[in-house]
This record gives sequence, structure tokens and C-alpha cells, in this order.
Amino acid sequence: MNIEIPDFALVVLIGSTGSGKSTFAAKHFLPTEVISSDHCRALVTDDETDQSVSADAFDIVREIAGKRLKHRRLAVIDATNVRPADRKGWVELARKWHALPVAIVFDPGIDLCIERNRSRPERAFGGPVVQRMVQEIRRGLGGLQREGFRQVWKLDSVARIEAATIVRQPLWTDKRHDHGPFDIVGDVHGCASELQALLGKLGYQVDWREQNGQRAVAVTPPAGRKAVFVGDLVDRGPQSPDVLRIVMSMVAAGTAYAVQGNHDRKFQRWLAGRKVTIAHGLQATIDQLATEDARFRDSLPDFLDGLRSHVWLDGGRLAVAHAGLKEEMIGRGSGAVREFALYGETTGEIDEFGLPVRADWAANYRGPTTVVYGHTPMLHAEWVNNTMCIDTGCVFGGRLTALRWPERDLVEIAAERVWCEPVRPLAARNAAGSAQAEADQLLDIDDVTGRRWIDTTLRGRMVVAEENAAAALEVMSRFALPPQWLVYLPPTMSPSETSAREGWLERPEEAFAHFRTRNVAEVVCEEKHMGSRAVIALCQSADVAKARFGIAGDESGAIWTRTGRAFFNDAVMTEALLARLRGAVESAGLWQELQTDWLLLDAEIMPWSAKAGSLIESQYAPVAASSVAGLDAAADALTRAAARGLDVAVLRDQFDARVARAQRYGAAWAPYVWPVDGIADLKVAPFHLLASEGRVWFDQDHVWHMTLAERLVAADSVITRTRWRIVPLADDAAVHDAVAWWEQLTAGGGEGMVVKPKSFVARGPKGLIQPALKVRGPEYLRIIYGPEYDAPEHIARLRQRKLEGKRNLALREFALGHEALTRFVAREPLRRVHECVFAVLALESEPIDPRL
Amino acid sequence: MFLSIATTHQPATDLGFLLNKHPDRLHELALTYGKALIFYPEASEARCEAALVLDVDPIGLVRGKGQSDGLLDQYVNDRPYAASSFLSVALNKAFRTAMNGVSSARQELADSAIPLEAVVTPLPLRGGEAVLRQLFEPLGWDVTLAPIAGPQGDTTSRYVRLTLRGTARLAALLNHLYVLIPVMDDAKHYWVGDEEIEKLLKRGEGWLDAHPAKELIVRRYLRHRGVLARAALARLAPEVQDDALESETQSQSEETLEAPIRLNDLRLAAVVDALRATGARTIADLGCGEGKLLQFLVRERFAERMIGLDPAARELERAAKRLKLGAPGGPPEGRVTLLQGSLTYRDLRWAEAADAAALVEVIEHLDPDRLPMVERVLFGAARPRAVIVTTPNADYNALFPSLPAGQFRHRDHRFEWTRAEFAAWAQRVCSSFTYQVALSGIGHNDETHGAPTQMAVFTR
Repeated sequence: MNIEIPDFALVVLIGSTGSGKSTFAAKHFLPTEVISSDHCRALVTDDETDQSVSADAFDIVREIAGKRLKHRRLAVIDATNVRPADRKGWVELARKWHALPVAIVFDPGIDLCIERNRSRPERAFGGPVVQRMVQEIRRGLGGLQREGFRQVWKLDSVARIEAATIVRQPLWTDKRHDHGPFDIVGDVHGCASELQALLGKLGYQVDWREQNGQRAVAVTPPAGRKAVFVGDLVDRGPQSPDVLRIVMSMVAAGTAYAVQGNHDRKFQRWLAGRKVTIAHGLQATIDQLATEDARFRDSLPDFLDGLRSHVWLDGGRLAVAHAGLKEEMIGRGSGAVREFALYGETTGEIDEFGLPVRADWAANYRGPTTVVYGHTPMLHAEWVNNTMCIDTGCVFGGRLTALRWPERDLVEIAAERVWCEPVRPLAARNAAGSAQAEADQLLDIDDVTGRRWIDTTLRGRMVVAEENAAAALEVMSRFALPPQWLVYLPPTMSPSETSAREGWLERPEEAFAHFRTRNVAEVVCEEKHMGSRAVIALCQSADVAKARFGIAGDESGAIWTRTGRAFFNDAVMTEALLARLRGAVESAGLWQELQTDWLLLDAEIMPWSAKAGSLIESQYAPVAASSVAGLDAAADALTRAAARGLDVAVLRDQFDARVARAQRYGAAWAPYVWPVDGIADLKVAPFHLLASEGRVWFDQDHVWHMTLAERLVAADSVITRTRWRIVPLADDAAVHDAVAWWEQLTAGGGEGMVVKPKSFVARGPKGLIQPALKVRGPEYLRIIYGPEYDAPEHIARLRQRKLEGKRNLALREFALGHEALTRFVAREPLRRVHECVFAVLALESEPIDPRL
Repeated sequence: MFLSIATTHQPATDLGFLLNKHPDRLHELALTYGKALIFYPEASEARCEAALVLDVDPIGLVRGKGQSDGLLDQYVNDRPYAASSFLSVALNKAFRTAMNGVSSARQELADSAIPLEAVVTPLPLRGGEAVLRQLFEPLGWDVTLAPIAGPQGDTTSRYVRLTLRGTARLAALLNHLYVLIPVMDDAKHYWVGDEEIEKLLKRGEGWLDAHPAKELIVRRYLRHRGVLARAALARLAPEVQDDALESETQSQSEETLEAPIRLNDLRLAAVVDALRATGARTIADLGCGEGKLLQFLVRERFAERMIGLDPAARELERAAKRLKLGAPGGPPEGRVTLLQGSLTYRDLRWAEAADAAALVEVIEHLDPDRLPMVERVLFGAARPRAVIVTTPNADYNALFPSLPAGQFRHRDHRFEWTRAEFAAWAQRVCSSFTYQVALSGIGHNDETHGAPTQMAVFTR
């Protein structure tokens, strides 16, 4: 016997002990596919015949089978499954995961089973037990279909058991091997003329002719293309029979797939003589059918019966179903799948038009497979979370829409007239913004928490640990800007390797060496401003902000810090600064040049005290005051002790030097601090144009970015210049000059500089390399490391610092930030952008020395 | 940090006997966190002064053992320099016998009151000059303080140079300093262990009991015991850490403000009553914080199951402790579940189970631009049959005498709504999400300004 089973199924073996189930299973299935109750008994108590632990053993069987089915893997239950009660749970499990339950019954005869049991001394089953089992199985045989098994295979002799072969067939809905390309057509509802026009527009040739005295049609698709109909071919419209003729001929010719719509289903039931309520346009179809000849009518049931619940296409990338499909239902089969595909999901509530309120499954959809569907007439076909409803209400006077796949282009034909008055007026999903923006108003906790994997273009798959995500949750939900604004967070930046030169922590030579050894030919050195990092989202107007970022308020942009908080607590200040920046972008002509109405800038905003004022007051200033006071008192006491002849002169000199260091500490941040009374006191130094409409600008080198920044500097005084230079690393003189330049910058109270490979994204022999290294000046480092960090006894220890953790973090955050921008620019759902941004924040909770 | 002790009792050099340190030598003492130098800048018959210079190793202090398990956060701070419990520990080590009032060579002198002068610098001035005087003057010390200027010459520094003058036993002076320096410092203290606290209290024997500021002294000790904010949190959310540090003063301010009416208890009781009236069996306390509402609910039979949700892991830890979850005497397993989560994300873990949700003094801690998201999560997606929201009534703020106009009751409040604003919001929620609402006040109802807290009970 050739047993044909679906390649995704729950196979339940039924047979008494000794009937040969396990042998059969081992022969036809992978060891990992077979879940044996005996084996699970042994897992529990080391004894596979211990019947006293059956309940626990079956819990394990069920758990394993459930996990396999969840991951769309075939599972085989190897247990006796004698009574209907034993089998009930398996049918339920199969239904839960939308797998087909298949029964294979083994009945080689009672005597043989008894004989086999005898030869296995560890089995204590006597003849009566086996006899009872076999009889029970035979009694239940007829009821297996009724129990819910979709296939029942009976092997009633040794010969049959041995001769049986198993063939696995893809599910009826599984057309993943078909890569199209496809033209997916929305709900036609008897609008044959519009359908014909649409097919024509898509390049299909439609030829009507007489064949055997019958009206017939042949449709020739453009080379290689196939049509996919989302269902609801009939009802309401003027020419349902012609629509059926077109689709039937195409399906028969293998140039189209059609999935079943609820109207098609009802029509099918009416044809079969079932009692149906004639409503919602069915009468029109019935009337049109009355004038057709009997042969056409007779051809319909076969076609309608053969309609699929859904089709799964193109290597699993695309699924088409009438009313949509949840992720866990795609490519699976069950009553629930068919039901959902036909009707979708309703909330149980009824709206003001007396129609059921539809649950918005698409807003919750998270799957990688694109789902295209119809059923609910919409004003426009729009993407929502990788799904699209292409029912644009042709029969109600809207349009007939097709989606070309994989091109994702929409092709539409306007309805010739209103064929049927809609009960509920056609509406956009969301009057205010895009359907996606509407769906983005809800993010799921599962989108951000738990252990997460994020695939990035720059650095492959990245893991975010659960505890890191947990640490970021409160910050993100209580202190950060709304996720709609927060489409990017900048990566952390590592310092250069610790300087080889005695008494120094950081010098440019190491940064240059770092890049030189990674085959970087040119670097760009940029002055590091001592301010606070800011990301600036700048829109041309508040309307643009609403439309592009999907925000609810009236802001025309946003400015946020490294950890996603609003840069200014004062919205008026933010808007005022945005207005200045907008003017600069305007006069530099960037809106037109970049063909965008929004920009995302990476910048430093000064003074440092604007953001760090409280930090200076609460942390740095007290250190300055207390260190000077204590050391001064000690030095004074030592001076007096030395004066009375104690041998403390060396010690006194040491303390004098310490006092001097403490005094330098108090002076270190003076250049970075000034009062801010308004915009005029601020300085903004942009250094990256991160993104604009349709573009992530990481493909332009830093010369391009700095040149762009300089154009903005020229446009408004609030924008300040970042001094920079290109350094060819092979040119010793240029490198020497750059070192001297750094020394001069830091001697003048500057923080230091940032050294970047000339390319924004640079790769070396070992993959992605640091996008930037900072080289900080000795006095700036004093603020970070403490007043006395450069005392010989301290700096020796401080020089032993580990950079790997920081470097690794910088690369991961860089890749995640780039990914966030890429997704945002590609207009992916917010959760896909947000998960990257959230991950950057989560990574920031990793324990890394903050002084680096 | 610098401490000196001087006497003019003659012969003054006897101070060396009392302290058990020879005046003509430089003494060096190794400590776990650095070293102490003891020497005498002055040693004549007329006046003798011993100086203790405590040299805390700033690098070692930060480095610690593990990656971020150093004694201190890896930031620059004043701990290596400001007089603190480090100084007390050094005192104890350097002058232990003297502190015990023992002197093998001059016991009689050790037992006598002698003229003494002590200088401590820089001493943190937490609580201001008043506190400093309150601490030392009742003990008979004449207090002089000189402010220490900041780096830019500002005089509002938080440190002073303290000089004490008086006549007392040396042991008394040392013990007073030992206990009161950390009290003045009033910062997070990194005790080596619990026994350090015991030592501190032992040093208070004989005088602390009768000290008029005893309560302040003891409270400041105990408050800072074990306040070790997590390093990760410190980096991510400095304001949260500040909150943790200053929680006493902060929440005190809100509590003090509302104290005469014991508003919090009234509020929780009102919420429990409202929940009971909804007939809910499974209740989600959204933004449960440390679990005060849950603690009320656990006592109620109608609350069969409770879920507490909060974004802050440390709050949930406190709640678990308060509710004795998983501990003897706590509620049965499964009755109370605590979840880390946020109201800005849809979350089936509570949404599928809850019949009713309570947001007690929660919404005002969220930025107004986040509210639409919260509304969708709560009223749009989760849709529990009943939702109870309480929030301060801004109208009533006029009746708090100590609250300046326009200021909120709590530093973290992002807004406080008048009754009209709250009602408008509630009505909008009802029409967007098909709920009905009943509004009421909690606490003393003022004819003009209403009640201090307002409550909305949403049902559908």
C-alpha cells in the first residue's frame, strides 16, 4: 500500500503491543520524528514498561509533539492509542497547530502480537491484555474519521505492514516551489468587464470564442506570469458567469491560482442544494446563472470545490488568502485555517451598519511572509505590517486592484459604475495618516523584551540579552521620546588604544596605527566638540512630521540625546532651534537637492553645561572643591611639620604637586561652560547627515558629510564649524602634522579629536572596523578620570584598560543604528525600526567602564 | 581629607601619650582603601597638634574586583577627598585605644576634660549649617565653620572647614567625630560590613541616647545602609538613581504635603472599593510600583488573582518583598504575579487575564505624548471590563500651603490635570473606545477646588 500523507501532519500510530508500530516507524520516519511513549516512560523512570508513570510520560510526548508541530515539523505518535479517549488528545493537538491528524492502524492479528510479546521478556503483557487491546482497536476503527482523523490507513496483515510505503506530499496549499512572478487580483464580484480591462493592463490577452456552442474564453498571460485571485469572484456584480469562465479557464490552464472567498463558498453550497440565506448579492448570481446553459452550470461544482483556503507561494515569501491569515496558520491546514481565510476574525461586536466589527489581525501581524488578501473593501490598498488588502471595492464603484509580485507594484482599473450600493461607505483604514502609521500606534512587549535576535545588514545577526532589554524598558517607556520620533540612536565610541608614551593615556599615533593596520588608506580627523551628542530630526513642516514620522502632536521635529531623551526640556526651545536649522537647510538648498522634506542629523550641541549643568554641579565641582581643600590643608600641615624639623620635605613636595593637579581639575571644564539664555547662546555642530527621504547617507564618505556641514555653517550662525582634515596614513608628514594639530587643539582647552576611516562604513581583513575612534586631550581626561589621574602612581594603573568590550559594543550599536535607519527609510513597520533602537539602548546597559 | 586634634593642656605634648603616637615621628597606617598619615605639625609644651591625613586611593576605589563591582560607581566623585565614614574608619584604626578612653602612660589625663581643638576639612554640609550646629553644639562644642569655595570661586559650596573648640575628654571628642562626620556627610556609605554599623552605634554609647538630634543621627545612618544603586541603572537612568537616593526627601515632600489627610490610604481604599463594585476577579495593577495597592487587595476575598506590572525591576523586587511572594506567610502561588512591562506596549500576559485594571497615580508619570499609545494599549487592545484611573487634581493644589503655584506635587510628575482636563480626557477615551465613565473625588472635598485626588471608573 502506498500511504500518501501530507508532509506536515500529526501521524498517530494505532496498534496493540507487539503489532509492529515501532519497527514500522523506525523504517519510515526519522528517529527525531517519532515520539514513543515507551521512550518517554524510560525518560521518567528508566523503565519503559513502567505503566504507573504513563500520565507523566504522555505529558512529555504531548509537549515534544506540540513543539514539533509549532515549528511545522511532522510528528509521529508511537503509542498503542487503543481507545478513542487515548486518541482524542492527539486530534486536539493537531488542530491547535493546524496540522492534519493522520491515523495508521496496525492489525497483524492477535496471535502474532501475543507471540511477539512472549519473545520480549521485559514485556509482561499476557494474552488477555493483547486480545482486549486488539478488540478495542477493531471496534473503534469505523469511528476514526468521526474522531477527527483526516486520513485513516489500515494495515491488517504482516505482509501489508511490510509492503507499505510512505510518500509525503506537500499540502494542497503549499505552492512554495512556484516562484511566479504573480499578479494578485482583488475581489472581482462579477465585474467581468473591469477584470478583463485589468488583465489587459497587466499584459494578459483575453480571447472570447464559441466552443461546442458554448461561450468560452482563453487567457494568455505575459511570459511566465501567473494570476492569483483572492476570491469572491461572484455575487453583487453584473457578470459573475463570465468572471467564472475567465478564472476557470486560467486555473485549468495552470496560469492562475484561485483561493476561495466567502461568497464563492456560499454559492457553492447553494449549487449543492444546501439551505442558504440568499442575501448579499447571491440573488444576482443566481439570476445570471438562470440564462446560462446546463453544461456551464454543471462545470461549476468541481471548480468551486477545488478552491484552496489559501496559497503559499514563492519559496514561502508570499501567501494569498481571501480574508487574510495569521502567521501561525500559513501553509497549514485545519478547519480553523479555512474559516479564518474565508471570514477573517471579528470582535463579536456589531457596528452602526449592523455589520460585524472586524478584528484588525493585520495590525498584529509579525510574520516574515507577505500576506495579500481581500474581503474588506478599502479606499486604498496599503501595506500594513507586511500585509496588504487589495479589495478596493470595484463592485461598489471603487477600483479593481492587482498587486504585481515580486515587483510590489499596484495596477488598478476604476469601476465602470457603482454596481451595488455599499452598506458601509468605503473608508480608508485611517483617515489621518497611513494605514501603517495607524498600526504602528501599538507596539507589542514581545517586540522588545526577552532574548532577541536582530538581523542587520552590516554585521549579521545580533543577540540582545534578556537582562539588557529589561534594563532598557523603563528608560524607553518613561524617559525617552515616543518611538515614532526615535528612529535612531548613535553608537558609543571607543577611545584609541592606550598611548605607548609614558605618562599619557591617549594620543593620535595609536588611532592612526589602528586604522593603518586595518588597511585604511585615508582617515578624516574631526575636532571633537565638548558639548552633548544630539540627534536632530528636522521636518519641513509639522505636517511632514505627522505624515512621515506618524506623530500625533504638532512638533516639526525632535532633538534627542544619546539615550533617547528630549535634548531640551522646553518644547519652545526645541522648536526655536529647529526653526533656525530649517532656515539653514532651506538657504543651503538641501530640500531640493536631496529631494526630501525631512532630515536626520547627527550633531554636537554646545555648551556642555546646557545638558550637563547638573552633572557639573553635583559631581565635578564638588570634586574640585573638596580635593583642593583637603590637599591644601594637608600640604599646610606638612609645611609646618617640616618647619619644626620633621623629615617630611619629600612628602610635602608630593602634596604640593597634588594641590596643583586638583587646581587644574577645577579649571579643566571652564572652556565648556557658559550660560544659556536662548538659542543665541547655543552652538550646533552637525557632522553626519544620517538619512533623508529614501536614503541612508552612510554610503557617502566623511568628506561629503563635512562638506555638507560646512554649507549649513555658512547659512546660520547657530551652526558652528567642525574643524577637520584628511590624513593619508602613508604620508608621514601629513600624519605628523595631524598629531601636531591635535596637540594644538588640546593645549587650547579642546576636548580632542575623532578619527574616522574616510568611508562611513569601512571593512578590513577581519570585517567591519570601528567607524570612529576618539583621542582625548590630557586635561579633558582629567575631568573623566579624576584630578590626580596623571600622577605617576595612578596613570600606570589607569593605562591598563581593556578596550575590547567597548569596541565590540561600538560596532554592534553602529550596525543596529544603521539597520534602524535602513528600515525607517524603507518605510518598514515601526516595530522593526523600534526593535533596533531599543536594542542600542539595551546594549548601553552592558557593564562597560564609562570612562572609556 | 584632613583632620587635626590639638590641645593647650600643659604639657601639650602629652597628647602624644594619649593618642599613642610619638610627636616626632611620621606614622603611616595602611588601610584597605588607601593609607593614613599621622604627624604633628606643632608639638610644643604650650600647644600640640596631631594631624591625620587620609589618602584614599581614587583609582583603587573605582577599580574594584569585577567589571563594575567597584566600591563606587565608575565616575569621578568626591569620595576620595571629602570627610566621610572613611575618616571614621581611619580614626578607629589609628586611635582605637584613645577612643576607648585608655592610655597606659596617662590614664588620669585620658579620664580628664582638657581643652581641645579639632579641625575637619572638607566636611560635607548636608542639611546646612543648622544641622551641623544641631549635631555638635549640644555636646558642648564651640563650632566655627568656614565655607570652602568652589572651583569658579562660588561660595555656595557644599563643604566647610569645621573647627570645634571645647573642654572634654579626648575619647569623647574622638567618638563624637567618629559618629558625626558620616552623619554630616550623609552620603551613600559603603560599609565594609554590617559590623561597621554596630561599631558606629557602640561609639555613641553614653552620649547618643541623650542627644536631642538622636533621631536624625540614627536615621541618617540607617537610611544609607545598603543603598547600592545598580551600575547599569546608574548609567541609563541617572534621574532614577537620584530618586532612589533622595527618595526619602522627595516622597516625603509629597507625603508631607498630603499628610494631614493621609491621602494615600484613602486613595487605595477608594480604589479597592471601586474594584469590588465592578465584580472583577482578576485585577491588573498597572504601574504597581512597590505594591501598595496589591497589599490592600491581597486581603480582599473578591480579588482572586492579581497581576502587578511595572517597568522598573527594582520596584518589582520591593513589591515581591512587601507581598512576601514565594516566602512563608505570603499569598498562595499564582494568586499574585508580578511582571516587568510597560503601559506603552501591548502585553498579552496581563491583557488576556485581567477583568479590571487599576492605574493609581500612574498616568501623570508619563509624558503627555505617550498617552495616546497607553490609551490604545489599555482601552483599545486589552479592553478590560473596568479600568480605574486616579490622578492628582490640580485644582486642589491651591490648598497646599507649601506648594508654589504652578508647581507639581512630585518632581517626576509630567502633568497634573484640573478636574475639567481629566473629565475631557476621560470623555475622549470613552468616545474613542466605547467605554462609560464615572468620575469622583477622593479625600476631603473642598467646595471650590474639589478633592485632592480624582478618580475615573471606566466600564464597558
